[in-house]
Amino acid sequence: MPKMDMIQALNSALDVMMSRDPDVLVFGEDVGYFGGVFRVTDGLQRKHGLKRCFDTPISEGGIIATAIGMGAYGLRPVAEIQFADYILPAFDQLVSEAARLRYRSGGEFWAPITVRSPYGGGIFGGQTHSQSPEAIFAHVTGLKTVIPSNPYDAKGLLIASIEDDDPVIFLEPKRIYNGPFDGHHDRALKTWAESPGSDVPEGHYTVPLGKAAVVREGREATVLAYGTMVHVAKSGIEESGVDAELIDLRSIVPLDIDTIVASVRKTGRCIILHEASRFGGFGGELSSLVQERCFYHLKSPIGRVAGWDTPYPHAFEWDYFPGPARLAAALKRVMED
Amino acid sequence: MSPQDPIGASSRPPLQLHIPEPPARPGQAPRFDHLPFSPAGAIRRPDPGVAEPEMRDLPYGLIRVLDDEGRAVGPWDPGLDAETLRRGLKVMAQTRAFDDRMFRAQRQGKTSFYMKSTGEEAIGAAQSMMLDRDDMCFPTYRVLSWLWARDYPMLDLVNQIFSNEGDPLKGRQLPILFSARDYGFYSLSGNLGTRFSQAVGWAMASAYRGDTKIALAYVGDGTTAEGDFHEALTFAAVYRAPVILCVTNNQWAISSYAGIAGAESTTFAAKAIAYGLPGLRVDGNDFLAVWAATVWAAERARTNKGATLIEFVTYRAAGHSTSDDPTRYRPAEEAACWPLGDPIERLKTHLIARGEWSAERHTQMEAELADGVRAAVKEGERIGTLGQSKPPVRQMFEDVFKEPDWRVLEQRRELGV
Ligand SMILES: Cc1ncc(C[n+]2csc(CCOP(=O)(O)OP(=O)(O)O)c2C)c(N)n1
Ligand SMILES: [Mg+2]
Repeated sequence: MPKMDMIQALNSALDVMMSRDPDVLVFGEDVGYFGGVFRVTDGLQRKHGLKRCFDTPISEGGIIATAIGMGAYGLRPVAEIQFADYILPAFDQLVSEAARLRYRSGGEFWAPITVRSPYGGGIFGGQTHSQSPEAIFAHVTGLKTVIPSNPYDAKGLLIASIEDDDPVIFLEPKRIYNGPFDGHHDRALKTWAESPGSDVPEGHYTVPLGKAAVVREGREATVLAYGTMVHVAKSGIEESGVDAELIDLRSIVPLDIDTIVASVRKTGRCIILHEASRFGGFGGELSSLVQERCFYHLKSPIGRVAGWDTPYPHAFEWDYFPGPARLAAALKRVMED
Repeated sequence: MSPQDPIGASSRPPLQLHIPEPPARPGQAPRFDHLPFSPAGAIRRPDPGVAEPEMRDLPYGLIRVLDDEGRAVGPWDPGLDAETLRRGLKVMAQTRAFDDRMFRAQRQGKTSFYMKSTGEEAIGAAQSMMLDRDDMCFPTYRVLSWLWARDYPMLDLVNQIFSNEGDPLKGRQLPILFSARDYGFYSLSGNLGTRFSQAVGWAMASAYRGDTKIALAYVGDGTTAEGDFHEALTFAAVYRAPVILCVTNNQWAISSYAGIAGAESTTFAAKAIAYGLPGLRVDGNDFLAVWAATVWAAERARTNKGATLIEFVTYRAAGHSTSDDPTRYRPAEEAACWPLGDPIERLKTHLIARGEWSAERHTQMEAELADGVRAAVKEGERIGTLGQSKPPVRQMFEDVFKEPDWRVLEQRRELGV
């Protein structure tokens, strides 16, 4: 089986789907001839033609609106928003249109669109190339939100998202495009080839939306994470010495509540880790769900480790980024309760 | 007509999806014959007080003053004295010297990111010099020449680019997404276009107060596709706002040529017509033409005639940013073939032709500017480059609100700063 990094795996997913289904179109800013600023669509225009992989005007609202129109007509558009930070001009189209078209038309129209977007920090991208906006999408009923953490999942989840008949926001943690960054910015980055999750079949397969993965089994605490934070959590757990179970949510909507509940009932402790700022972040929802369903099994308060409640600051990349040390400290703290 | 084929549908041709493509990609010969160019001096200059319907030809011409021999010709010649022009030349050359040095600094790992404005220096330089100190510019990342025209302290910008302890923006922004209120330079952000309509609001506020200040804003050709551009034109027209709205059409938006932003069908200046605003299409590599168009638009704004849209036709001679390699998507020789030349060379030729400058003085000026940049960068390096020095970490938590709330206070304590 070939080894792929995240970019190659995503590219392969698009290629497989474009080859199988003439209704799959790929478009966005700089995705055509150039192949995208992160190279995810490299070669697709050359292989599948100008009309199936093309550049768009710099208008995120226009990109999503035309994707919805095409999707309603019967195509399966895959739109790229160059950075998740720039998805906000399309917010109305996503929230008021894509998310509700099926519901408000009584099932007459729907929007089977996939919106791919690199997201997250750790690259010195400053305030507008580092944000993690997943919670604002998770809050909107009618949108699915998917976040892979390794090449195998990235390909399988992207194919599942494209085949899904509802709108999917597919957030690609750009810090791990080239290797599983574990938060130790002062150490050399491991490549995907030497890491688990990089054996990627060439052809078609799916990883179902709404099915979390237990990345590490443990008895003393449960850590919930997704995207880059799965790798940060691995090293944080190791450094804490706590025998924690690590769950990679893979998609936050749909959410695999059963896997989460089973784990927390077993361990009795739960820490949620995400890059996004803490207040109103997706950790708040997870915390409520765990509390509602596992209260009598909890041995300590549920903890959240997250970005600070500030914009993402350029000079303070590593002061802001919730690294392994902060997770390890939180794990040790819950063990004392 | 039959019931089965009500309006002849079966005989219609199949529809075709059109996707624009640039005239040349790598390996092909550069071509610019798709762009309308006018000879220098050919475009009429209506009185700035004239009503918009009288000038709907202007967006399709190209206002130029400097001809191929470096002479200033035609009705738009602003008649500037040599001292002003030498100053303009110096500002442009300083912009280029600074860009070159900081681009290298990024390559040496001294910062995370940089963007040059090579070939576009005339725009910010002339407009900054021409407008008043209390007018406000809503910039893009490609008009740092605005700051140099107002003698912005170089070290402060170096410190911002290095995100070091001396950074006037306290370490919070990506390099050159700058802010310098006292220099008429509104806060920049990474998201494209959002400030274009804010400039209209600023201008409306000045009009509301009965002040005399006007505003000026920039977007790139690519960014005209954002809703913000159209919102700005609508509000500017409706409220006759005293604002100059500029499109720097440098032919490229990263790897997408201007046709992807609609330039296949019309000019950017012509977008003004539908809003009932005057639109000027101006040679952006011609310092004198930029100056003259700005004088004209400023006069309209200052006499309550409202807004003007100016398209500056220019060329992004360097890559989009330090993250970009333009030879992957456009011919490597394209910049050298750009028909409107280089703004610095053109003003230099003009001054020499007037007997007000010489090749020797130019070389000497460039050496002095390079020394000045080197000294400022050295000084910035002494404070520290990215990662070696940063503002106090507590700065991360300040200015979220005017008064910090409990979340920020708690988190600052948690981090121990
Ligand atoms: C809202 C938004 N969408 C996308 C981007 C990514 N991006 C940064 S610069 C750029 C190209 C801008 O082109 P243009 O407006 O022509 O300006 P130029 O860089 O050529 O001066 C793009 C797509 C962004 N910064 N903001
Ligand atoms: Mg451009």
